[in-house]
Amino acid sequence: MTTTTEPVKAVTPHNPPPTPLLERLRVPSAFALGAVLLLGIAPLALSDFRLALLAKYLCYAIVAVGVSLAWGRGGLLVLGQGVFFGLGGYAMAMHLKLADAADTGQKLPDFMQLYGTGDALPWWWEPFANPLFALAMTVVLPMAVAAILGFLVFRRRVKGAYFAILSQALAAALSIWLIGQQATTGGTNGLTDIQGFFGYSLDDPVNQRMVYFVIAAVLLLLMLLARQLFVSRYGELLVAVRDSEERVRFLGYNPANVKLVAYVVAAGMAGLAGALFVPAVGIISPALIGIVPSIGFVIGAAVGGRASLVGAVLGAIAVAWAQSTLSDAFPAGWTYFQGLLFVVAVGFLPGGLASLWTVARNRRKATTSSGSEVTA
Amino acid sequence: MSGGEALTISDLRVTFDGFTAVDGVDLTVQNGDLRFLIGPNGAGKTTLVDAVTGLVKATGSVRFGDEELLGKPVQRIARMGIGRTFQTATVFEQLTVLQNLDIAAGAGRGMWTMLRRRKGVPEQVTRALEITGLSALAERPAGALAHGQKQWLEIGMLLVQDVRLLLLDEPVAGMSHEEREATGELLQRVSEDHTVVVIEHDMDFMRSFARSVSVLHAGRVLSEGTVTEVQADPRVQEVYLGRATEPESVTTPAPVPVGEEA
Repeated sequence: MTTTTEPVKAVTPHNPPPTPLLERLRVPSAFALGAVLLLGIAPLALSDFRLALLAKYLCYAIVAVGVSLAWGRGGLLVLGQGVFFGLGGYAMAMHLKLADAADTGQKLPDFMQLYGTGDALPWWWEPFANPLFALAMTVVLPMAVAAILGFLVFRRRVKGAYFAILSQALAAALSIWLIGQQATTGGTNGLTDIQGFFGYSLDDPVNQRMVYFVIAAVLLLLMLLARQLFVSRYGELLVAVRDSEERVRFLGYNPANVKLVAYVVAAGMAGLAGALFVPAVGIISPALIGIVPSIGFVIGAAVGGRASLVGAVLGAIAVAWAQSTLSDAFPAGWTYFQGLLFVVAVGFLPGGLASLWTVARNRRKATTSSGSEVTA
Repeated sequence: MSGGEALTISDLRVTFDGFTAVDGVDLTVQNGDLRFLIGPNGAGKTTLVDAVTGLVKATGSVRFGDEELLGKPVQRIARMGIGRTFQTATVFEQLTVLQNLDIAAGAGRGMWTMLRRRKGVPEQVTRALEITGLSALAERPAGALAHGQKQWLEIGMLLVQDVRLLLLDEPVAGMSHEEREATGELLQRVSEDHTVVVIEHDMDFMRSFARSVSVLHAGRVLSEGTVTEVQADPRVQEVYLGRATEPESVTTPAPVPVGEEA
């Protein structure tokens, strides 16, 4: 197409300089270090109680992986991940409640016997007795909801704060709806007192550790998946859409589809996190998926660095840890602290803690050149 | 490139809340032309390009080859082979020059290619780097480029995008004299196998490089022809200078406002 009649200056193929070995080994070795820490050192060093807490934090970290993709790379402020976390969590909990009931020879889960209107299982509970169906639903359901929602929203070019508010409203709507369905969803209490996990008793500390290993492994795998998306051509395109959506449109892409993929993948990750949260903590309830937890899901990523995968994951773990520590000491103060943290991170350090080094370096550079730098 | 009409605009109208920005424009651009669109601020030049590329709604007809463009979404029109730049260079500042060009080349890529890492440099990207003289800066973030280089990168992006028609909105605004010359030569090279339409305020630049000129005024085509024909047109002189005398010779700089369009 660009062959000119005039001879073009000798076309020398442009090849990027080969990356040095150390640079190439940086990511695999960081990943290996993370795997050793999570799968080797943590289980050895931590008590059962602490390990169970870490398992819970890692579930939040899984959500953060998706947030990092959708928000960090795609610029979609996903303030309603609680919806997808909840869908995954409830899908898993419904199956586990049915399995618990079947183990004790009962037809209905315990809460339905108390609050239920009849002695028949609601029709939409029935398929969840099948473990494979329930497992698939923990991911498929959130992704399907995200696909429908994203399709409607992104095509209409809803973005920025409007998108954030919309997703937040959805999180509120789902948790309010669940509260109203006492007879079939457990209402405010949620689905509680889960005993077993695919035949393994969750009272047994050995099985609790097994759950931890499953969660840690899923986190590591999803980080690999996200990393592949980050470095792929799709990842470059996603950043381009984040920075200049209109320009991408003029290159012949439909930005709505590009954003949709990130949104749906992030929803699937949140769903899986919710599903794993249930055996780790033994409960899923409207309070765990509403507005406050939905904001909580993005704060970790914001603090750690939403565009950096490792930053988002570490941030999510750190904020979850701070929450359980601080909310014990100041039960009423946490929500305010959470809000403050969010504002400070987004307002003053948009790259999160992961960007501190770069920010400091740029500042040093700026002071040494004493403002002689002119940027257009 | 062979002759024939690349772009045929007839009775194009664009109205914003009662204000008519483009008021019945008829315009034909031949294949391989290097057409300059000039006119005072508010003449409707940018709006015309917006309408052709699907950014604003318009009535009338815009045909590219045999296909009607009006009513098609922006990305469809882009894929048909029409590319444009903007008054302010919009490149993806966070990405490198190479990544910018690679994305521009990729609208037709399949899912599998998209999900894999970019390995090496596509041939057309290498060629675009050569033509625009940006080879040495391929790994530089686009945000760190000088103003002129960003405009060249945008033109390079249009080339790898495989467009047949380039619509450039003030590509030399804010450029130094040397950069203008380089850009003009680049456009001449590009127009050997593309059709190029340039919106411009810089009359010297227009005189040096235009193959044909359309003058827009108040949403209409006022005059059309070669540079000499248009310059000799008394209506053009009146619009530009408010007087009907011979305004200038080619050697004296024209007292023409260079500025941003509303």
